[in-house]
Amino acid sequence: MAELATVAMHVDSREKSSPHRSRKMNFACKKLFTSASRALLVRKNLKDLPLKTFSTEILQPKAQKETITINFMKNGSKIPAKAKVGDHLLDVVIDNDIDLDGFGACEGTLSCSTCHLIFTDEQFKIIGTKPTDEELDMLDLAYDLVDTSRLGCQVFVTKEMNGWEIEVPAGVSDARDV
Amino acid sequence: MIRLKRMAVGAIRSFSSKITPIPRIAIIGSGPAGFYTAQHLLKSNSKLHVDIYEKLFAPYGLVRYGVAPDHPEVKNVISTFSKTAINDRCRWIGNVEIGRDISIRDMRKAYSALVFSYGCQIDKLLNIPGENLKGVYSAREFVEWYNGLPSASTLNPNLDCEDVVILGQGNVAIDVARMFLSPLDELRKTDISEYALDKISKSRVKRVHLVGRRGPLQAACTIAELRELTKLPNCFGIITHQEVEFLREKIKELPRPKKRMMELMLKIADSSIDNKIDFQKQWSLSFFKSPLEFLPSEENPDQLGKIRFSLNKLKDNIAYPTGETVELSTNLAFRSIGYRGVGIPGLPFDSERGLIPNKNGSVINERGLYCSGWIKRGPTGVIATTMNDGFETAKTILEDINSSRIDITSDQLGFDGLANSLKDIKVKPLNYQDWSKIDMIETQVGTAKGKSREKFVDIQEVFKLLDH
Repeated sequence: MAELATVAMHVDSREKSSPHRSRKMNFACKKLFTSASRALLVRKNLKDLPLKTFSTEILQPKAQKETITINFMKNGSKIPAKAKVGDHLLDVVIDNDIDLDGFGACEGTLSCSTCHLIFTDEQFKIIGTKPTDEELDMLDLAYDLVDTSRLGCQVFVTKEMNGWEIEVPAGVSDARDV
Repeated sequence: MIRLKRMAVGAIRSFSSKITPIPRIAIIGSGPAGFYTAQHLLKSNSKLHVDIYEKLFAPYGLVRYGVAPDHPEVKNVISTFSKTAINDRCRWIGNVEIGRDISIRDMRKAYSALVFSYGCQIDKLLNIPGENLKGVYSAREFVEWYNGLPSASTLNPNLDCEDVVILGQGNVAIDVARMFLSPLDELRKTDISEYALDKISKSRVKRVHLVGRRGPLQAACTIAELRELTKLPNCFGIITHQEVEFLREKIKELPRPKKRMMELMLKIADSSIDNKIDFQKQWSLSFFKSPLEFLPSEENPDQLGKIRFSLNKLKDNIAYPTGETVELSTNLAFRSIGYRGVGIPGLPFDSERGLIPNKNGSVINERGLYCSGWIKRGPTGVIATTMNDGFETAKTILEDINSSRIDITSDQLGFDGLANSLKDIKVKPLNYQDWSKIDMIETQVGTAKGKSREKFVDIQEVFKLLDH
């Protein structure tokens, strides 16, 4: 039960007020209760979550976070950004005030595909978490979708990403061809 | 010499300020298309001013009146729109309908360019017998009703039955289905209008049938919406095996989005085999059926009793009747086969396609007229599609400003030149501060009821609040 409470607490720290989220959470909890492989699921969920845990300020103040450099590539130009380990890439774009029109329209709630980023095969393998069905569902609506596409709001910064060049697809120009 | 130089500089300054008046752009419709167009225009040209017109007392169009109340995350786009609205070079003007309160001719005189982004207000008809029977509703109107659109607030649909048929399989159809299938306690917390929640909570609906004229590959819904249906508690989804079995051979060749969607459909079909009668509610996706006729019930000739469908086969993505028919008994049906745009007097319009004829947002053969969003490309796509679409129109306008294809003159005064004419016809425009006040009260009233917002429906109440 204590484990479950932890899971519930971590399921989303951003969207406490959202009823939709809480429904997803309830569902997740119900699933945990009824599943025969409950222990396994709990462990799996916890494994996915610690990165997000670090992004909550209560557990680790901002100043203590390790900072690396990530480069966003847009239309051939390179935009370097300071990235705190544990933040997700959408946060990095926002915190660095990077001017990407329309990026992250739903504010990281997995309801749009506007924070679409393209990784190299190698980078894609290194990213700690694998995309969930829900993330892939949103990506399927993105322009320029490739096998190594991810949503910025679902990818968390790790130390290995120092110096990475991550491609931001050129949404607007492609809309003309649709 | 120095003095002379100063004079010269002064002369050049005053001269240049005369030849570069401010480009004033009017945007008609304050939904996502209007706001995304405004956002890109303001960002890319530091002189330009934008006036955004809205016929209702509230901004945000379909984000407020279309997006399902149980999808609050989608409404997060509003925070970007409100940043645009409070930009010094942007003005939001509510409760003014262009084409009725101000003519297009007067608008053209007051602005360098007009952008039409008023969306698609009417829905497509099936044009089959019995479409006017009681119990046959437009999904669009139903959505507007539960979302508190003033003109739809009196719809008061009769939901007293166990089976609902929804004709169409797009995201609107699924939104409507969810209103009957979602746990009430979840809907209660949303900004659904109270009268609608009352009515829906009393409905006896147990089974929702979503019927499409073509096959699973042509279903218009997005995979996220379909998956959400499969995750509703106490609810069981059905897809008939025979209707999707052919996919198993085809699935490998499909591009990833279609492939994943078809995999989900097959998964639903596979789990449909176990008959789970212990679930309280159920929904089904049914394919290859076109409605031929709405038939009255035996008890009441004015009331829908059943729907007769033609069984179809597909050839080159087009549905053809096989000659066989099937009937489904129901007292409640929703038509959800798409929206249509309507024209404004004085504006070119393609009535066949229900949109404004344009090239990259520039209205064909009309200097200074542009369009954006659904009225530009038709009623499809998600928020990201409309965003790119709005940016595209803005780019076209910016190019036309740079190449002097639009007239920018100093006697274009924007809304300041038009406000007086509104007084004459007793139209009271609202500004963004008015809206902020309405917004605050709606949120407060909602919070007191344990929900995110309770929308105003009656504009007279809004005016009372604002002390006009």
